[in-house]
Amino acid sequence: MSDIKKKGSIQWSKYAQLIVPAVAILLIIVFNLIRDPSFFSVEITQNNDGNNVLSGNLVSIFNGASELAVLAMGMTLVTAACGGQDISVGALAAIAGSVFVKVLKSGASISIGTIILGFIACCAVAVIFGTFNGTLVSVFRIQPMIATLVLYTCGRSVAYWINGGATPTVSSPLITALGGFIPGIPVPTPILIVIVVAVLFSLLFRFTSLGIYTQSVGINQRAARLNGINTVFIKLLTFMILGACCAVAGVIAVSRLSLINHETLLLEIEMDAILAVAIGGNALSGGKFRLSGSIIGAYAIQALTTTLYAMKVPSTDIKAYKAVVIILIVVIGSPVVKQKLSALWQKLSPGKAVA
Amino acid sequence: MENDVVLTMRGICKSFPGVRALHNVDFTLRKGEIHALMGENGAGKSTLIKVLTGVYTKDEGHIQLDGAAGDVSIRSPQDAQDAGISTVYQEITLCPNLTVAENMFIGRDPNVIVPWKKMEKRAGEILDSLGIPARPKQQLGSCSLAVQQMVAIARAVDMECKVLILDEPTSSLDEKEVEMLFSLMRDLKARGVGIIFVTHFLEQVYAVCDRITVLRNGELVGEYEIANLPQVELVAKMMGKELESLSFIKSDPVADMAESGVVYEAHDLSSAACPNAFDFHIARGEVNGFTGLLGSGRSESVRAIFGADRVTGGRVLRDGKPVKITRPIDAMKQGIAYLPEDRKDDGIIADLSVRENIILALQVLRGFWKPISQSEAEQFAQEYIAALDIKTASADTPVRSLSGGNQQKVIVARWLLTHPEYLILDEPTRGIDVGTKTEIQKLVLRLASEGMSITFISSEIEEMLRTCSRLIVMRDRHIVGELRGEALTQDQVMRTIAGGVD
Repeated sequence: MSDIKKKGSIQWSKYAQLIVPAVAILLIIVFNLIRDPSFFSVEITQNNDGNNVLSGNLVSIFNGASELAVLAMGMTLVTAACGGQDISVGALAAIAGSVFVKVLKSGASISIGTIILGFIACCAVAVIFGTFNGTLVSVFRIQPMIATLVLYTCGRSVAYWINGGATPTVSSPLITALGGFIPGIPVPTPILIVIVVAVLFSLLFRFTSLGIYTQSVGINQRAARLNGINTVFIKLLTFMILGACCAVAGVIAVSRLSLINHETLLLEIEMDAILAVAIGGNALSGGKFRLSGSIIGAYAIQALTTTLYAMKVPSTDIKAYKAVVIILIVVIGSPVVKQKLSALWQKLSPGKAVA
Repeated sequence: MENDVVLTMRGICKSFPGVRALHNVDFTLRKGEIHALMGENGAGKSTLIKVLTGVYTKDEGHIQLDGAAGDVSIRSPQDAQDAGISTVYQEITLCPNLTVAENMFIGRDPNVIVPWKKMEKRAGEILDSLGIPARPKQQLGSCSLAVQQMVAIARAVDMECKVLILDEPTSSLDEKEVEMLFSLMRDLKARGVGIIFVTHFLEQVYAVCDRITVLRNGELVGEYEIANLPQVELVAKMMGKELESLSFIKSDPVADMAESGVVYEAHDLSSAACPNAFDFHIARGEVNGFTGLLGSGRSESVRAIFGADRVTGGRVLRDGKPVKITRPIDAMKQGIAYLPEDRKDDGIIADLSVRENIILALQVLRGFWKPISQSEAEQFAQEYIAALDIKTASADTPVRSLSGGNQQKVIVARWLLTHPEYLILDEPTRGIDVGTKTEIQKLVLRLASEGMSITFISSEIEEMLRTCSRLIVMRDRHIVGELRGEALTQDQVMRTIAGGVD
């Protein structure tokens, strides 16, 4: 009996990090159920193109959070290894999106081939910029936030130059399918892309030692080096991976609107991405991390935004409401509250153990 | 008798998830006595100290100060400091990027505006009176580890404490500095300060202490007058069994394999941290050691062999063939393993589990694309937890929550798992209890008999004499002598270190 309990408690502590984001999502769900039980209804409707697609708040939450979820995954790795955050992800996504559009526009017509080519091109460009950020951080040992401030400041100007200052549209059924629905599949394509990215990440952790390397570097760089880990390369690698994530996010965002607006594309998403990492229970000072926490964090943020929209809160006020909820979540997840809660837990548990 | 009691702790209990760290422990400290707190790894010494200083909150028990009837409540280190309890910890807990004076006074003055000029002057006086070789305006991080430790003690001394806790203060001090500290302790004792002295050095206990309290597995074994407890009995009480004679563990003098079976050799090797080029060689199954005072270049030399610091010159040969070692990974691929001196900063990955810490070096050797599976990792972890008797709640426990000696065993396990041909152990027994020390010494000799080459570095000459068949003596970053066979006596080593060889 006691053995089972002990085993249970170990398993429990393994997932303790996910408690806060899970509670956050749960609160939002319960709140919505009370407010309007029909909030979660999902129905099949016919969209403009005549496809049968899923619609409803739940779908729009998952769909809307796609870019954020992808960026949060990359941000988690950078945070873990470097103990700092990249604030240039929005700007880098705008650059990647511009490159994507540029390649699409350069051909006579948009085909699957040009889309693949465009994606490869924008991925390459984003990884190069990621390498730039990573070099500043790992080789020159600049604080990540300061290092990425460079690209944060100039990124959207670079994006502006790429398409000569225009905001070209890329209208094609293929792009609509990428940002909306593929005919015959009722699930929004961005959600599918997030699933693909998440699977790629899990394969990366399964078939490489990236997990233990990044955590070791983030927790104790000197010890990691003495154990033969190339700490400079690992930090660089996390920034390159985040660069690729920016490219994916940029492509999704461009495809949604079928146009690139370098000024507004994924504006200020870097703060939400950092927040998703924090809500996910990951220490912003680096070290141990859980990718799933950050993904849940991303959806929690989007659920909050969607809820506020559903409550007809004016878009100008939304940020203020968001701030209030975020304060709550962050305080609940703070070490002080956690300590008090675990003390309370310990006080209660001896009674249980005797029984 | 109760009049001169300054501190009583009664029935102290403290548990952590999965571990009962203290169970019903009593402790009494009198005015003007030096009281040794002894016990093996995980006996509960550090936990008891942390309960007393407010780092941990006790689950049960009473603490009374200065003969007062009521319990004192110590909820934070600040409470402890206000109550006149000062601590100098095993690991230095000052701020290396502040000056010496700032470190001595920070957090003690409630005023917003701090009279730094006055404090610097005061700091200078204290440092002078204690003979500590540091200037008040010097950045603490630029001082040697030993001096930093002494600044921490100076800080505690200046707070006019009633209870001074010294948690392993001598681990990183050389003999002269230890003597300096002892005279300071005797001075404080004469002024009526109660001193709790936590150490693993038995000789030091008998040199300065009046009384000993022994803990084992979180429980009180007893309190003894030093005169009534011979050293052998103390060790037996700490270990809970009759002590095997330590002096006989080196069964036969390990055969001097000399130049015949040389595996690794270095010529004119130098690194950024070790500018003076040196030659070195080690044979299969040989245990040799680097000895010398603190800062003599012992660690820097072995670090150069491992490629831990930037290599600036020289070459390394394995089995007579030159190999290129510029980074730790190069050395690891050549079968070299290095257990660093600074366990906290260079050794453990504190937040990772015992399992992850054990497999780390092997994982890096296998490479980025060949991760060790969960089940394989668990198997390795269980194997070495059992083999080295690592005391941990599970392989999943963060290594941070283990006691110092068990953390060290985890790092030993990490390197043994890579099956090295040449194992460098830099102060593996520092801050470790007698039992684990003996275990590690025995392990070293067993591994050597199986053919592993081992370099063993320790501040305790006696320990090196027991394990090493050849000692390389260093002074001021130069190799000044090499002792073997008959010459391996404490006397001879001392004289070589001091430069009295003709």
